[in-house]
This record gives sequence, C-alpha cells and structure tokens, in this order.
Amino acid sequence: MNIHQITVFLENRAGQLAEITRLLADNHIDIRAISIAETTDYGLARMIVDDSYKASSILLAHGNILSMTPVWAVEVPDRPNGLAELLGILAENHVDVEYMYALFTQKPGSAYMILRISDEPRFLSTLGDRKIKLITKEELGLK
Amino acid sequence: MPNYYQPEIETMPYEELRALQNERFLKQVQHVWDNVPYYRAKMEEKGLTPDDIQSIDDLHKLPFLKKDDLREAYPYGLLGTPLSECVRIQSTSGTTGKRVVAFYTQNDVDLWEDCCARAIVAAGGTKEDVVHVAYGYGLFTGGAGLHGGSHKVGCLTLPMSSGNTDRQLMFMADLGSTILCCTPSYAAYLAESIHERGLQDQIHLKAGIFGAEAWSEDMRHDIENKLGIKAYDIYGLTETSGPGVAFECCEQSGMHINEDHFIAEIIDPDTGEVLPEGSKGELVFTAITKQAFPLLRYRTRDICVLSRAKCSCGRTHVKMSKPMGRSDDMLIIRGVNVFPSQIETVLLQQGYPANYQIIVDRVNNTDTFEIMVEMTPDIFSDSLAKITAAEKELVGALKSMLGISAKVKLVAPKSITRSEGKAVRVIDKRKI
Repeated sequence: MNIHQITVFLENRAGQLAEITRLLADNHIDIRAISIAETTDYGLARMIVDDSYKASSILLAHGNILSMTPVWAVEVPDRPNGLAELLGILAENHVDVEYMYALFTQKPGSAYMILRISDEPRFLSTLGDRKIKLITKEELGLK
Repeated sequence: MPNYYQPEIETMPYEELRALQNERFLKQVQHVWDNVPYYRAKMEEKGLTPDDIQSIDDLHKLPFLKKDDLREAYPYGLLGTPLSECVRIQSTSGTTGKRVVAFYTQNDVDLWEDCCARAIVAAGGTKEDVVHVAYGYGLFTGGAGLHGGSHKVGCLTLPMSSGNTDRQLMFMADLGSTILCCTPSYAAYLAESIHERGLQDQIHLKAGIFGAEAWSEDMRHDIENKLGIKAYDIYGLTETSGPGVAFECCEQSGMHINEDHFIAEIIDPDTGEVLPEGSKGELVFTAITKQAFPLLRYRTRDICVLSRAKCSCGRTHVKMSKPMGRSDDMLIIRGVNVFPSQIETVLLQQGYPANYQIIVDRVNNTDTFEIMVEMTPDIFSDSLAKITAAEKELVGALKSMLGISAKVKLVAPKSITRSEGKAVRVIDKRKI
C-alpha cells in the first residue's frame, strides 16, 4: 500500500539539482513530488516519480547515490483544519512523522500529502476506523 | 615453499652479504669521487677523501644528499657516467617543485629490473602468470620497472598503463590477468569498479603488487577482500632507480630491501645522527651498484623502522616497515603533526572509501582543516538525522586519531579524482 520515494544525495554545488531533473526529463520520467532537505554542506532530494524503478536505475547509472524508502500518500481535506486534524489523530496515537511534503497531484477539495513514518505498524493500526484515507500507487498512476 | 628469483643473493648469509656490500660500497665511493664533482665538493667540504672511507663502518662520515641537492644539480650535476653510456631517463611524478631526472646505463636498467623481478616472484609470479601493469608508463618509474621485471620472470606482460577503466577490466577478464601492478588507490578503484559492474566471476587475479603511495593495513585488507587476492607492497624512489628497492614476501610484514644494491640507514631527521636498528627515523639509501646516477646517503624523507629479525621466507635482507608517511607528507596543523595515512585508516574503519582530499588553509591566523570524504551507499539514507549522526561519528573518530578537529565535508561518490599516478591527497593553501 505504501509508495516508493527516491532520495538522492546532492552535493552542495550549483547546478546539481538541475542535472538530476534534466536526466529524469530526458528519460521521460515525471516528478510527482519533490522536497529538498539541506545542511550547509550537502542536501537530499526526496522525490516521488511515476516510474521509480526506471528512475533509480538511471540515477545510479549516472553515479548518483540514492536510497529507496517506503512512504505513505494520504488524502487531506483542502480546508482550514484539514492537516491539523490528520496530524492530531497521529499525535493522539503516538505516531511520529519524520517528515512530510505535498504531492503536485490533487483533486478538487482534497490535497495529497506524502508522510514518512518510522513506526509503520502503529500507523497502520491507527488507520483502522479513523478518517485517514490512504492513496494507492494505482490511484496516483505510479508504476 | 617460498620462491626466489635470485636465491643465492636473496638468501645469502648476512656476513657474506655484508662483505659484498663493503666491496661494492668502497668501489662506489671511488666512482663518485672520480666522476661526480657535485658530491666530491660535498666530501671536500667535510675534509673527506676516499682514503677516509675504509669500510661500511665509515659510511656515517659521508655527507647526505637531499631532494634539494637533486634540484640544484638538475639536470646533469649528479651524473656518474658520460651521457653516451646512458640509455634511459626516468623522472619523478613532480607533485612538488621541480622534477628530478634520473639516468640509467644498460646495466643499471638490468639491475633495476632484477629487483622488480624479485618482487614479482616473491608475490608468487612465475612464467605462467599474466602480469597486468596498470602503473603509468612514461617518465614515471612504476610502469617501466614492473614491466621490465615481468619480462625477466618470463610472465606474459600486459602494458596497460593507467586510465580507461573499461579497457582495464575487459583485458583483465578476457586475457586472464593474474597479477595486478598499480598504485594502491588505483587498485581500490578497480576493485570498486569490478563490483559495480558485477564482474567478480570473470576476474582471475591472485596477487597484486602495489606501491608508489603510502597505504595502510586497513586498505590492504579492503583491497584483498574486494579482489580476492594477496596484496603486496613494493617500495622505491626514482632517485634510487624506482620500484623494487624493497618488496614484500609471503609474510607481508615489512619489505626486504635489496641490500646487494642498496645500503639502508635510519637517521634522526633533525640531527642526522644514525640510529640503532629498531629505531623509528628517516630512511637513507646509498646505492652501491648504480653507475649513471650513483646517490650516496640519499635522504628519502620516509619515516620507518628497519628489522633484521629472521624472516620465515628465508630471505636474509633487512626489512623496512611500511613508511609511516613521508616526513614531507606530514602536515603541521594548529601545531599538531598529521599524516594523511592516519586519516585513511579512520575512513576505512568507519566504512568510507579511502579516497579523500585534505584541504588546509589559514583564516585569521588559524589553520582550517577540512577533509572531503565521498558519500557511500551504506551510509546514505533518506534521513538527514542518520547521515549527520554518521558524520558526527566520523568526526569523533578522526579527532581521537589525530588529536585535532577536522571539518568533514561529504561529497558525491567518485567526485574526488582517482589517481592513476599518485593521488593528490593534500591541498595546502596556507601561505606561510
């Protein structure tokens, strides 16, 4: 049910992200979400792409270092309190969110968020009868 | 069963060896006195003539030669034979300052190649072997020395030179290379490339002879594991002919110095005083057979220890420890002595590739010390917290090894240039 995130190591130099996105573009890979985390010396680009297997093969072949991480896509009502409600439920159940970011894709009235959760069993048990709606790879059109 | 290329010399009883050295040494002093005015002047300055040198025991009286002398005497000042007798020139890699050029007569080349042949045989080489020489060819002595040695042993010699990794691996697989000769950093790079391409099953190396750079025991284990070989160290300097001045035997604990050609001494680098066996100090060589470039008491700047302890391989020639670093490789950062080899040891222990670059600078009268280290798949993660924790651990391990703090900068894999000749490990921007 989870989806694959690709995390790529970014050296701190001008044009590195441009090179990576160009490489993906030349191989007709669509980036569906991206988030950058950085320190003063280097950064990480976390990405959801339409074909994670193809994208990772290409990135590796070009000498990048990357890791594949399972993350979750959830639907959040696009209104005040939408995200607060979701995070409130997780907090009540002691589910820590390591990081999160938004998908470019959305549908009228809803936004899609990517969540990285360390304690997955607890997260899944929280889902049960709650109002958190997971979005599948198929719904997002990911391979 | 240990193998020797020249058993009668390599296992010669010590007294005989000493007598041989003595005879050759006295002849060499006379040769230098007669033919090398530069050194003769140095002897005269000390009030010495060949008559003052009655045996090896008088060696310590002779003046030293330093790298500066070689620069000063460039190009012909230390030549011991007419140029018409010389058949070859080789030169240092010239990482610092002016290059040193060394000259060889045909006999000098022959003796040098014999030394390299001893190293190849000690590493298990026979005429059945395919020796893959991936040292640079050209002025650099690495390629020429091992190439010549390989011919002498009768091995099938692949003169690959360095670079073009794809071609290296293709020939290594297709032509069945069994012994690899190159710098240790290039061996590590080839090993990584073999694993990346999944070629392990197609490579049939059994041994490697790696030299021209300082390398640690950890790096040896890393290369041995990745390539499934025995990795042997070899030592030499262009000034004393090239690789093959000393080489490792099956014991892999120190390198036998070819004492029929070179007399080794250990001195205190500050006072120049000769130190007793077992002391750590600067290695000094006196070449006793070389005719064209006969250096007496050449200070190598390499810090090591000599040992005459009996070796199980049967060789009687003295062993030198792996150099702990060249005295001029040593950096003094914020008043603390730092050897690049210490950094290499920490990196390998912490799971990073031994490919790094040190950048030292001075800002507001304080030394800055930065080490660029390549990110590896094992340490990489989607979590910044995990990466910074690993980085912190590395910084801590470096600090406990070196005694001072270094800033670690993680860079993209393979972004630090792999050496084909010698690696550039240190960039010192300080203007002092």
